[in-house]
Amino acid sequence: MSFLVDLLTKQGLITAFAVVGAIIYLSHLISKCLTGGRIHGSAIAILAGLGLAYAGGVITGGQKGIADIPMFAGIGLLGGALLRDFAIVATAFEVDVAQARRAGLLGAFALALGTVIPFAIGVAVARFYGYTDAVSLTTIGAGAITYIVGPVTGAALGASSPVMALSIGVGVLKAIIVMIGTPFLAPFIGLNNPRSAMTYGGLMGTVSGVTGGLAATDPKLVPYGALIATFHTGVGCLVGPSILYFTVRAFTG
Amino acid sequence: MTIYGVALLAICTLIGVGLGDLLGMALHVKANVGGVGIAMVLLNSARIWLARNGALSAGIKLGTEFWATMYIPIVVAMAAQQNVLSAASGGPMVIITAVLTVAACAAVVALISKIDKGDRP
Repeated sequence: MSFLVDLLTKQGLITAFAVVGAIIYLSHLISKCLTGGRIHGSAIAILAGLGLAYAGGVITGGQKGIADIPMFAGIGLLGGALLRDFAIVATAFEVDVAQARRAGLLGAFALALGTVIPFAIGVAVARFYGYTDAVSLTTIGAGAITYIVGPVTGAALGASSPVMALSIGVGVLKAIIVMIGTPFLAPFIGLNNPRSAMTYGGLMGTVSGVTGGLAATDPKLVPYGALIATFHTGVGCLVGPSILYFTVRAFTG
Repeated sequence: MTIYGVALLAICTLIGVGLGDLLGMALHVKANVGGVGIAMVLLNSARIWLARNGALSAGIKLGTEFWATMYIPIVVAMAAQQNVLSAASGGPMVIITAVLTVAACAAVVALISKIDKGDRP
């Protein structure tokens, strides 16, 4: 037993390939046999991944889901920002430039809305829960943009640690809801063409949520959503500690 | 040669992410500004240029397309390392904010795609 654990730990990334392959195989089997193909196999696989992450958190008490178990540390590498970004870039190879260019302005507009709307909601809910200082309100609002914008803004403004944790929590939960919810929302919001995928990427923002959600909806849409969504965190980090903070401060006095 | 495709992808990623970092520094932001987006534009331009010059070999295609098809497995691995436990136990404020945000943004997407369709000839 310990020989096997040692082997899997030492072969980290290779173990991850095998584990993820098995998850995807089982998910497609479940999709075909139990749902008659109605729920996409990729959506089930992502859900299974989140389930494993939950289990990992319960077992180890760590923050990196299943990757905190040494045997599955390779999953952290395979699903980390490095390979994720590499693979996102690769999806651009087949992008239809004409279509992307035509939706460029719409994407920028969606990006602006996708920054302001979540922020306003975050601030309003935080205010409702009794936060009154501009720093805490801004930090929680920024977390609703993405889970990176939250802590970056909080750190820049000197927010307290519990507020930072809340801010990250909002962003992570948002990403997870988008990952799971996109395939179900897609038919209702017209998400079936590159143009709407770019709008979606701009409004939802979270790269992990958008790309995960689109992958489970229609893999062809991934590059279009990602193209806009990758600007989201940068824009959020830019306006969070500056324009948005000053706006909130003007209201709180 | 497959490695040409992988190397092309790597070079585009490095240049894009590098520019994104520089852009972040120039704007005094502690984050990468659109690096992946820039890299995507570079790779797409490279493909068009290669195709136009008849230099788009099967190897180059294989090297990049392999990584594009690995995208979903990578997303599954990404899902498996989220801090789901803390997100799920964040209390009502976290849940309300996240749900309202997603609902509002989805509604706006629906609105835009409806208006957008109306404009199309």
